[in-house]
Amino acid sequence: MSANKLGSVMVVGGGIAGIQTALDLADSGYYVHLIEKSAGIGGVMAQLDKTFPTNDCAM
Amino acid sequence: MNIELHTLAEVQNVSGEEGNFTVTVKKAPRYVDMEKCIACGECAAKCPKKVDDEYQAGLSKRKAAYIPYGQSVPLKYALDGENCIMIQKGKCGACEQICPTQAIKFDDKEEILDVNVGSVILTPGFKAFDPVDLDYTYYKKTPDVVTSLEYERLLSASGPCAGHLVRPSDGKEPRKIAWLQCVGSRDINRCGNGFCSSVCCMYAIKQSVITAEHTTGDIDQTILYMDIRSHGKEFDKYYESAKKGGINFVQARPHTILPGPDGNGAIIQYADKSGNMVEEVYDLVVLSIGLQAPKDAQQLSQTVGFELNKYGFVEATSFEPVSTTKAGVFSSGAFNAPMDIPQAVTDASSAAANAAVMLAESRGSMTQDKVWPEERDIAGEEARIGVFVCSCGTNIAGTVDVKAVSEYASSLPGVTLVENNLFTCSTDTQDLIAAKIKENNLNRIVVAACTPRTHEPLFKETLKEAGLNEYLVEMANIRNQNSWVHQDNPEKATEKAKDQVRMAVAKAALLQPLSKMSVDVTQKAMVVGGGMSGMTSALGIADMGYDVVLLEKSDMLGGNAWALSKTWRGEEIKPEVEKLVAKVENHDKITILKKAMLKTAVGSVGNFVSEVDVDGETKAVKYGVAVVATGGKEYKPNEYAYGESDRVKTHLEFDKMLDSGATSSADSVVFIQCVGSRNEERPYCSRVCCTHTVESAIRLKEQKPEMSVFVLNRDIRTYGLREDLYTKARQLGVIFVKYTLDAKPQVSASGDSVSVKVADPMLGGRELDIKADYLVLATAIVPNETKELVELYKCATGDDGFLTEAHPKLRPVDLSVDGLFVAGLCHYPKPLDEAIGQAQAATSRAGVILARTELPLDSIKSEVTELCDGCALCVDTCPYNAISLESYEDKGKEHRRIVTDKALCKGCGVCMATCPKGGVEVNGFTMDQLKAQVTSALAGL
Repeated sequence: MSANKLGSVMVVGGGIAGIQTALDLADSGYYVHLIEKSAGIGGVMAQLDKTFPTNDCAM
Repeated sequence: MNIELHTLAEVQNVSGEEGNFTVTVKKAPRYVDMEKCIACGECAAKCPKKVDDEYQAGLSKRKAAYIPYGQSVPLKYALDGENCIMIQKGKCGACEQICPTQAIKFDDKEEILDVNVGSVILTPGFKAFDPVDLDYTYYKKTPDVVTSLEYERLLSASGPCAGHLVRPSDGKEPRKIAWLQCVGSRDINRCGNGFCSSVCCMYAIKQSVITAEHTTGDIDQTILYMDIRSHGKEFDKYYESAKKGGINFVQARPHTILPGPDGNGAIIQYADKSGNMVEEVYDLVVLSIGLQAPKDAQQLSQTVGFELNKYGFVEATSFEPVSTTKAGVFSSGAFNAPMDIPQAVTDASSAAANAAVMLAESRGSMTQDKVWPEERDIAGEEARIGVFVCSCGTNIAGTVDVKAVSEYASSLPGVTLVENNLFTCSTDTQDLIAAKIKENNLNRIVVAACTPRTHEPLFKETLKEAGLNEYLVEMANIRNQNSWVHQDNPEKATEKAKDQVRMAVAKAALLQPLSKMSVDVTQKAMVVGGGMSGMTSALGIADMGYDVVLLEKSDMLGGNAWALSKTWRGEEIKPEVEKLVAKVENHDKITILKKAMLKTAVGSVGNFVSEVDVDGETKAVKYGVAVVATGGKEYKPNEYAYGESDRVKTHLEFDKMLDSGATSSADSVVFIQCVGSRNEERPYCSRVCCTHTVESAIRLKEQKPEMSVFVLNRDIRTYGLREDLYTKARQLGVIFVKYTLDAKPQVSASGDSVSVKVADPMLGGRELDIKADYLVLATAIVPNETKELVELYKCATGDDGFLTEAHPKLRPVDLSVDGLFVAGLCHYPKPLDEAIGQAQAATSRAGVILARTELPLDSIKSEVTELCDGCALCVDTCPYNAISLESYEDKGKEHRRIVTDKALCKGCGVCMATCPKGGVEVNGFTMDQLKAQVTSALAGL
């Protein structure tokens, strides 16, 4: 284990899981590098029309 | 500001170790300068090259200059280098010519970055199964067989048919649609995917329900399934309502799909439950495709150095569900196993918690807080309003005469300066606005542009940068609410824009600076419940460095876990409980209160105070957040001869026999599923019982292969990788028999045996009469009583008694009251690995609040005025329980008035609308301000 730990985290993948991970960490005092292979974040959830059971718009 | 987003980026190499990794990242060129791009879309409009649109699942085209979708983050265009004609052939350049901000960079190069981080979290998602190689589906060979992801786009309002569902072959509305479940899942023969993808049953049901909403007239929809797996919270109710709504559910696994007559639609052939061949023609067939490990899983595992399981998902244990085999590297979401959105979001917070705990000592060492210049006091100044009218390229200026609007704005009272900008949101315009504020001593700003929903935060920052209070800005939306909807009538659009600007100016003149609000945070947590979930949360929060008070109602930590034998992965549970109890009991940041009951709870996020009864003694606890993990228990049935014979057991009772080997004398064991679940009284699935039964059945068969083991079930719900257990049980000869609620098994017990009668649909409904040595009832999980706690915190439970989360998809561990989080069985039945995951997620969510000493609040809050006479009409209408009543004395007389809790108030204005006498107002939307705006609107008539 490294003696001097860095207060930053890399999150690889900008879908809903990556976004939530990044937000939680940034909001609790860690610097986050969010890596996304496409041109924008959002992942598959952004492609969904609606989500059950509330039938809310997924966007 | 503490998230750095790297798009078009991939991990190339990882070196170093836990706490200090160096990650090499390759960034592909975007060919667009993100600083300059203002997302006007001119490049895409002019780009001559059309490409399949990934966002629309290839159903329509995008340009080589593109944004992935309308709401993309970052909202910056990119050139697709592989398809751009200029980049490929050196000709074209249309985008460069049209771009108003010179943002196109054809000479953009690939970049290699070395990034130092303490931890790496992998969330690459999944790869949707491609059915193109499954010949029997005819996918891509006939147009009206589509995947579920394509269908999702067909249904979507932002999809290729704008939400008006038509089939691909002839553009007609389909009237008869079938869904084929388990395409690429639960299929070892055709694709080697032995796992269940967990989410397809629910999305197919959702799609059928939405389809019914989208179409008019009769529509015939059929879902062809093996088992319906609606094992999530509120999912079974959704399934039942879909059945009532007329969706057909047919248990069958079709073997052949053929093109329909004249190439339209498709024919499905299958054997029904009784073995009869059925052939049906459908207008459209949807393949419910599974979730596989991501394409680059192997490469990622080699680059980073962690292990995958046989299906390519991350190898993990039930006790550390988001930890990879490499220290300091965590994973979350569908890369761990196929999972739905709430599970992925929970998993995400769980991974965040693990990284946060590991790096606790360095928290805050690399993040930055923005420092703003001192605010100018504008008290006593006359209104000096600056109006900035945006052309938005041609977005606004193409319809609205922005010059005329600007001229008109100059004539309005209080207006000192008017500017028209090509793009008011661009970085250089922010500098300009700040400069103009200083030069002209402006004290109110009106931006006539687009929507405050996306852009107000930007302008607020610009005001702060210029030393003005951020609430002194007002926006007029002359794009979304004007130029976009009135393109065919520029003259009237311009008049309307003038009205909008006049209204905004009228309100702006009355805007007042609002003081910053915040609440102090008590950096201490309370955890209610000392089971595995509660202990996991408590330990995580304590390991982050915060004090924790852990309440346990009994005199012992550990809860239900002491009664459990093994996880579905086969790990022993009790040694892990012992370890966790020891860690919690020996942690210097954790205070354990046993025989403790919560008596009171007052306050709100950041500042709660409770009285706790500890074995008859009252203790006061101050805390900033609480995690509720009050647990659940096994339901004790009153049917199937339970209690009449010691041969009839619940799962947990039978586990003890299995552990002791007492079951080996038996020759026949029957399990009945859904005892007390999925019925009228408890219309939910208890999620864990199918896997538990299958696990027990395997253990029996392994103890004694000749034993007869029957599982009477309604659907087997061994979701995700648990499906392997179901496969194994069948291979070992466990017999699965389906029953329905209206033909439940009949049980009679006498002496040392139990007789179980059930009609077997596979045998044409013939009755089986099984003489069993033991009957095991897979009974429901019910929540422990939370009525008092719910009343104390004013949170909520659903009809089934489980605590209700703030949002079923996106905030699955937050309760509806800010500062409260939920974990474990009190939220919904779940296996141990998921309970631990959720408890870790609650740790992370709690950490977000505990990380700061004060919590900033928006200043748009309700404010009680002198006119309040305490009539209390608003108390009941407040949706956030933010208003209470107080008494006070004035000149010897007792009066009443309301007080509002600033931390709870969301500034919605319901109180203000309810109040008949102006006794309460919302800052930034006072009656005077709104009146001025309305009067000004009417002045145009």
